[in-house]
This record gives sequence, structure tokens and C-alpha cells, in this order.
Amino acid sequence: MSATKILVNLTQPPYGNSRAKDAIDAILAASAYEQDLRLVFTGDGVFQLIKQQNGQAIKQKNLAALLSAFPLYEINQVFVQSSALNERGLAENDLALPVTLMTDDEIGVFFEQHDCVLSF
Amino acid sequence: MKFTIAIYGAPGSSQSAQSALNFANAVLAQGHEIYRLFFYADGVHNGSQLACPPQDEANLPQQWQQLIQKNNLDAVVCIAAGLRRGVIDNTEADRYEKDSHNLRADFELSGLGQLVDAAVQSDRLITFGN
Repeated sequence: MSATKILVNLTQPPYGNSRAKDAIDAILAASAYEQDLRLVFTGDGVFQLIKQQNGQAIKQKNLAALLSAFPLYEINQVFVQSSALNERGLAENDLALPVTLMTDDEIGVFFEQHDCVLSF
Repeated sequence: MKFTIAIYGAPGSSQSAQSALNFANAVLAQGHEIYRLFFYADGVHNGSQLACPPQDEANLPQQWQQLIQKNNLDAVVCIAAGLRRGVIDNTEADRYEKDSHNLRADFELSGLGQLVDAAVQSDRLITFGN
């Protein structure tokens, strides 16, 4: 059986609720099953990728540091909603991981190209 | 069609738990199959034996249990999320030396691998709670 194409859609900011951390746990679990795994950061989810963040100040693990470990797990296919960056005054070089930018239209098509979308 | 339902919201604080239950009922009423219910994040509170909502409000943990029993569903509470939030079974209570446990009968504590498996095996995975 060929690998299932799983897309993880990250929609929430890194702090304030547990969703971003929940997503990281699920992504690492999925990577262990050698499925065809891609991540897309949309909306406030793009805040998770900011290089300069300090979770310790609010007694939280630094989320970008956790995300930076993804290449070690061979999770390399990371996509970002370009309009979400623009709307928040961010640019690609503010981000902690190498990413591929996508337009809203491209993301719509992208969702359809996967067998399953896990939303966090 | 084979559905898996992932629930991230807690009863009492998120409407998503009730929406998920309604959806599960609708899926079964239409003759589809539920491959798994996966309770994650605050959703683990749906598996608590100790919730005591007022009489005139929905008792979601009880209603989930009835649905699971009646239809012999596979209902998984994420073990890591459950441990964090104090929704644990007998075995974990022993392991962490707690004097009580509160996971409802017919729910099972297991890992995130069960969510990944469900994503692979199901035709549709529907998430409730943002």
C-alpha cells in the first residue's frame, strides 16, 4: 500500500492555547509511521514559525525551537500561507525554518491533493 | 463510508464537543461506519467519569459512553493529553501513584499513533474544536 498523503494544517498561534504543541506531538507521531507528510501554516499559525520568540518568559517551551527539530525527523515539507505572513507584517526571513510560500489559491488546491488533512 | 472523529473541545467549555456528538449520531443514522473516536487536547474531558453537569444540561461524557456502548465504537483518549489533564485509568493511577482514576468504562487510553492509524484507515477524518 502506498503511503497516505497527510497534510497538517496549523492555524493557531504558538502560545495562549495548547493547539500548537498538540500539533507538534501529532506530527512527530505521524512521522514515525512513514506517511507522506506535509505541513502548512495558515492564519495565526504563521506566528509559530517566528525565529525570535521567548516562551520561557511565560513558562512555556520555545515553540520555534521544537519546530526547528523537524528536519531531524525528516519533516522537510513545510509550506506557509503567503497572505497570512503579509497581513501580520512578517517576511520569510523572520521564520525559523526553510519554507515554501503559497498563495491562497494554491493552498486550496493543495488541500485537495492530500488524502487527509489534520487541522490544529 | 468510514469516518473518524477527532474531538479537541471539552464539554462545558466548548460547543465543539456537542457538535461532535451530534455529528457522530448523524453519521451512524445515515448508515456510515465510525472507525474511531479520538479525544485529544481538552477533548479528553469527554472521557471523565467524574463530570457532574447540572440536571438540566447535557451530560456529554455520559452520552458519549452510551453511544460507544450501543454501537460498540472504538473510543480512544490520548494518553499524553489525558495524563496532563488528570483523565487517567486504573493502570496510570498505579503508575503515577495516584489514589483515584476517572476514565469512563468503554473509553481506552492510547497514543497518538491511533490518530495516525485512523487518518490512514478512514475515508474521512473530521476534527471538532479549534
